[in-house]
This record gives sequence, structure tokens and C-alpha cells, in this order.
Amino acid sequence: MNVVLWGVYPYLVLVVFFGGLIWRYRYDQFGWTTRSSQLYESKLLRIASPLFHFGILVVVVGHFIGLVIPESWTDAIGVSEHMYHVMALSLGAVAGIATLAGVALLIYRRRKTGPVFMATTKNDKLMYVVLVAAIVAGLATTVVSVFDPNVTNYRETVSPWFRSLWVLQPDVDAMAAASTSFHVHVVVGLALFAIWPFTRLVHAFTAPLHYLFRPYIVYRSRDDVPGTRAARPGWDPVGTRDRDR
Amino acid sequence: MKVMAQVAMVMNLDKCIGCHTCSVTCKQAWTNRAGVEYVWFNNVETRPGQGYPRRYEDQDKWRGGWERNRRGRISLKTGGRARRLLSIFASPVQPELSDYYEPWTYDYENLTRAPLGDDFPVARPKSLITGEDMAITWSANWDDNLGGGPSAAMLDPIVEKVRRESEDKIRFDLERTFMFYLPRICEHCLNPSCMASCPSGAIYKREEDGIVLVDQDRCRGWRQCITGCPYKKIYFNHKSGKAEKCTFCYPRVEVGIPTVCAETCVGRLRYIGVFLYDADRVTEAASVENDQDLYEAQLDLMLDPHDPDVIAAARNEGIPQDWIDGAQRSPVYALAKKYKVALPLHPEYRTMPMVWYVPPLSPIVDLLAEQGHDAEDAGTLFGAIEALRIPVEYLAELFTAGDTEVVTDVLRKLAAMRSYMRGINLGKDPDDSIPASVGMTEESMYEMYRLMAIAKYDERYVIPTAHTEQAHDLEEMGCSLDFDEGPGMYESGPVGEASGRPVPMAVETFHALKQRQESDTIAAPDPQRSGQVNLLNWDGLGAPDGLFPGKGDEG
Repeated sequence: MNVVLWGVYPYLVLVVFFGGLIWRYRYDQFGWTTRSSQLYESKLLRIASPLFHFGILVVVVGHFIGLVIPESWTDAIGVSEHMYHVMALSLGAVAGIATLAGVALLIYRRRKTGPVFMATTKNDKLMYVVLVAAIVAGLATTVVSVFDPNVTNYRETVSPWFRSLWVLQPDVDAMAAASTSFHVHVVVGLALFAIWPFTRLVHAFTAPLHYLFRPYIVYRSRDDVPGTRAARPGWDPVGTRDRDR
Repeated sequence: MKVMAQVAMVMNLDKCIGCHTCSVTCKQAWTNRAGVEYVWFNNVETRPGQGYPRRYEDQDKWRGGWERNRRGRISLKTGGRARRLLSIFASPVQPELSDYYEPWTYDYENLTRAPLGDDFPVARPKSLITGEDMAITWSANWDDNLGGGPSAAMLDPIVEKVRRESEDKIRFDLERTFMFYLPRICEHCLNPSCMASCPSGAIYKREEDGIVLVDQDRCRGWRQCITGCPYKKIYFNHKSGKAEKCTFCYPRVEVGIPTVCAETCVGRLRYIGVFLYDADRVTEAASVENDQDLYEAQLDLMLDPHDPDVIAAARNEGIPQDWIDGAQRSPVYALAKKYKVALPLHPEYRTMPMVWYVPPLSPIVDLLAEQGHDAEDAGTLFGAIEALRIPVEYLAELFTAGDTEVVTDVLRKLAAMRSYMRGINLGKDPDDSIPASVGMTEESMYEMYRLMAIAKYDERYVIPTAHTEQAHDLEEMGCSLDFDEGPGMYESGPVGEASGRPVPMAVETFHALKQRQESDTIAAPDPQRSGQVNLLNWDGLGAPDGLFPGKGDEG
């Protein structure tokens, strides 16, 4: 069971996640959008959406620090375990609660605003269930770790396992040793990543950071529209150079 | 100097009768789809009036366009790049549906299906957004012909401004003396703020003809462009989650025919032609200090297509000869720069709009005629233009950032033309003092008259076609077998028709038309092409027949 959950399942998720993203990017550019509902309703959205998005951004950064940076590194720069956890827990709890409050408000809005509810697909509903489950499970791990002294240190269990996944040597035992709360959160979190490419969440992967660097005015020639691909090597169209412009 | 070509439009507002034919034909051609029910790429507003969406000109509220900052450079009115990204999760000043209007249809079925009873059955209005019964309280042209009266017209942001500035010294009777129609499409600006606001870089200006388009594949629905455009001419398709806008009917313009709105214009008031402009100086021109200098700055960008230097530079940039010829015969160049009677709409937004307007003289003429004057006598008209301050100030707020002198000059030219030509038509000797009084010669006045009053089709529309040596790109040709019923046609990818390489648009249109003409029902799937549904026409509700291929009918 442990092998299936912590040795096989993560790789299945990885394949579905990256495979799905590549597939969707290549075949469904037109469907790749935020599907914003601000046109229908913006008063609640104006509070809820930034609350959720900024919250989740902090959460993402927190996960990155917690999972990717080994404990030995923070020890080396003199951050004690206690200091680390107080910081992580306080900041994490604030961000997590903001995220949860944001998503709760967003769901309330989605249910109560007629047009927004009508524009909600089954896909969205499934996504909301998994997303909320992941956030709640994540917050639960935080709460449990504060009140339950027997909880394992995730930086000695989950994080080594997470890093071992990427070198294709999954440390199943380390993950198996983690507390149940982490198990639940990881399973649900992985499920979220598995459905990610097929939901509206994909918009996160086209976050427009290049906007900071591109020129304001975009000129494009008529012939470099998508769909008229450049010829592949060996498949140049018949013709001579001087017919090109 | 970097010479670029721009397809542009001039509308002669004197001729607009407010029939909305342009709006209707445009809607039929482009926005009769789910998700854009409320969208009018072309709309006709009655001025004074609030416009569509309501009060879109109030940039204190909507924050559209550019503004000049203290360092003398222009920046988006909503703030810089970082600030825009931070506000991406909920655009603070995006109009809601209620600012446009809630689109509706009528429950016509009830007229035939209602059970027998004492009362006549009625077709109730049903919202196209919620499907519920609704009370109709606003539309795209609710205040048409000053409908709603002074209370609605008072909400016109320009009326408010003119009133404020006149400090109510003059009795406010604008809505009784003055009314005209203002048809609006996307301005296809030289310095578009929608494009600058787009985080994805999906909005682009075509190098060949300057048409501004949204790449539907790259738009991610961040909807910053809707805020960015001060004319509110970018719309959000709430079904597809993408931005859409007027395309200047590029498939038509590419083959040399005018846009749908221009082609179907009853008053024949639209002109389409080519400008050659200096792309290197656009930002500089958009950054001039004084709002009222923007019109002149914009006019300066438009290059003289007869100037040998300009021609040489244009050739250098690879502008084809027929485009240079087209620019020389261009009616929009003639009206905007040669006769200087066409003005840009709201130059103070600093976007360098490329749809120009000849301001209307008719309201003044009508008023004079009502008062019993000889409304076409040059002297009377000139005097009236000066005396009727309110209309001139109003027009100046629309077209010259408040510079009444420019508007007065234009109106005097139009008045002179009427008066001069009336003399000729009545068999009098041509009075050369009339053209001279507005700084024109008799010849140029006659030419202007031909262009504006006779307005032959081939003089109104001088549209060089897209280029033959580029034709293979335009046809989106990839493989010659892909055409019509060819063996490569309608090859299905792993997830149906819409996956993989797009079907060439010409082929898609051909099949769609054929299907529509031949099928008995609405959107019946073609039995010969089962398993194929055009997802662009699918509203996302339910699964139409043919969305998924049948289980055992391969081949």
C-alpha cells in the first residue's frame, strides 16, 4: 500500500500533469483562459479573488521553501527548528486562512449569483471540491501539528520523500513514517495536480510575467499567425527564395 | 522615419440618419453568437447622450487610455506594469454587464403554445444571461433620439463638463438645439492602450495594414484590455472567456471590399482608405504636453503620399506599390489632412485613433431654418457657427480636446462648401470669395464637394488588396490535399475536429454556409461528417449530437 501511494501514485500524477499540460497547450489554446466571471458580478469578486490568489501565492512559496530546501541548509545559516516552525506556522496559517476565506467567498458568490452559477461547469465543481479539500487538509496539518505533540516533523519525512521523487529514487519509508494528516494532504494535493491540466486552473501556468518586459505596442506580420507553421526541415514548400518577401 | 500603412475610416456625421443599419449588419456578421449577446462592435449613439457602455467617456471613473506624467512621458492611466499585474485578480474598473445592458430575447413560443384562455398570450422578455423573466431597463441605444429626455442626456459626461465650464451662465438648452448621431467602431489606434494593457501580449497591430486584432489563441482572459481601452471597444466574451473586438472586417478588407458597416451604410457616410504614417514618431506625438495639441501632432504623423522622400522610404519598408498608389488616392487622407475637415474622436486619450469624423453642420443649419433664416447663406451660417457656442464647445470636447477654434474652422469650411455650391446650382456666377474666406481655392472646394457630396463608391472606398505574393499565406494553405473535399480534408485529431491544425477559414466558412443553406433544422450536424461539431458555435450547454464520435462507426 505504501509503495502504491508514495512510490507509484506520485509518478502517475506527474505523467498526467505534465502530459496533460503539454497536450492541452498544443491542442487547446482557445480553451486556455481564466474564464473570468467578473462581467457578471464584481463586488464580491473584488474582495474574494485577490484574497484567494495572494493567499495561495504565499502558500506556494511556503511549500517551495518547506519541501525543496533541506533542513540542513536552514540549520547551517543558524535558523533553529523552533524559529523555523514558528515562522512557517504563523505565516502559513495566515496565508492558509486567507486562501480558505477567499475560496469560500468565491464559492458562495458562485452559488448565489445566478449568472455565475449558470456559467459553472461540472468540471468546475469537481475542481472546487478537490481544491477546497486540499486547502482544508493543508490547514488541518498545520492545526494538528500545533496541538498534537506526536506529529512528525514534515521536514524529516515529507520533504526528503518529495526531493527523492525527482531523482527517481522515491524514499517510500520516509513518507510512510509521516503522520496521517500529511498523508491525507499529500494524496488530495496530488489529486489536485492530476486534474489541474484539465480544469480552468491551467491559467496559472500562463501567468503573464513577461508583461513586465515586453514592449507596449505589439506589431505582428499577417503571415506569422498560428496555423501557418514554419516548414519543417526537408519539407520546404516548392518555390524560389525571391518569392519570399 | 519608418513608414507604415494604416487602413483607416472617416465618417461624415452630417449624413448619419441614425438608422443603425451598420450596427445590425455588423452584429449579424460578427457578434450573433453565445457569449457576445451584449456586444456591438459597431454602435450608433445619439449625442448628447450617455453612449454605450453608459458614460464610457468618464475616464475619471473608467481609467482608460494614457496620461502624460510629470516626466513628460505617457503611461497607462491605470498605472504601470507592476501595478497592473498586482490588480490582475480583480480588475478594479472593469465595466459590469449592467454598464452595458442585460441582453434579452422574448418568449415567443408562448404565443403559440399558451392554452386557450380569456387573455391574449404575451411574449415575455427573458434574460439571455440567466434565462429568467426580466424587466428591460436599458439597452445599447436606450437613449436613441434623446429618448429618456433631459434626465438621461444630462448624464452625458461631456454635457456635464460643458455645463460646468459655462458655469450655468447660459441657459442650458443643448438638448433642444442640438442632436446628432455618432457611429462608433474600434479606432484601430496607432498607440493602442488596450494592447499596452494586455498582459499576455495577445493584442497586436498588423504590420501590413495596422488593423488591431486579438489573438484568440493567446488571450487568457485577464481582461485588462477592457479597462485599458478608453472607447470601451474591447468586449469580454463571457462564454469563451476571451476578449473580442471589431476586426475592421479584415477578411473583406484583404480582398479590397469595404467593411460590413461601411458597405451597408444607408447614408453612405463612411470612407475607407490608407494612411502612410511615421511609426517612429507615434510615441513622441502621443506625449505632447498640451491635450489640445494632440490633434495637430496626430495630423503631423500622417505622411504626404506624394512626397518623393516618403515614397522612397515606403518602398524601403517593403510597402507594395499599389498601397502607395492607394495612399495617394486615399479619401481619408484627403478629408483628414488635405482639407482638414475630419477630426479624431477624443484625441486627449492619447491613443492616436484612426477612425476620424467630419463634425456635423446640419444641426446648426436646421436651427437656422427653423428660425426663418436663409440657412445656406454663407454670411448667416458663419455668424451662426460663432454664435452657437454650446454646440461648438460640445463638438470640441469630442474631437479636439476642447479646442473650439479647430471645430469652428471645420464647420466654416463645410458651410462655405454648401453656400458656394448652392450658388453654382442656382446658376449664379461662382463666388470665389467664399472659398477664399476659409483659405481654400475654388478647385479644392469643388474636389471636396465631389468627395463629400457626390461620394462615388470607388472614391469613398480605396482599399488596396492584400498582396498576391502573400496570397498563399492568407489562404492559410498548408497542403493542397486539405481543400474542399480533398482527401486531407477534415482529418480528425485525437479529440475531434477542433484539435490539431486549424481548418482554413475559407473552407470552414464554405462548409458552414453550405450546411446552413441545406439543412432543415438549426445547427443540424452534417450526417456525412458525424463526430464533428464546430466548437466555436457551441454554447457549452449540453452535448450536441456529434460532439463525440459514435461508438462503432469509424471510417
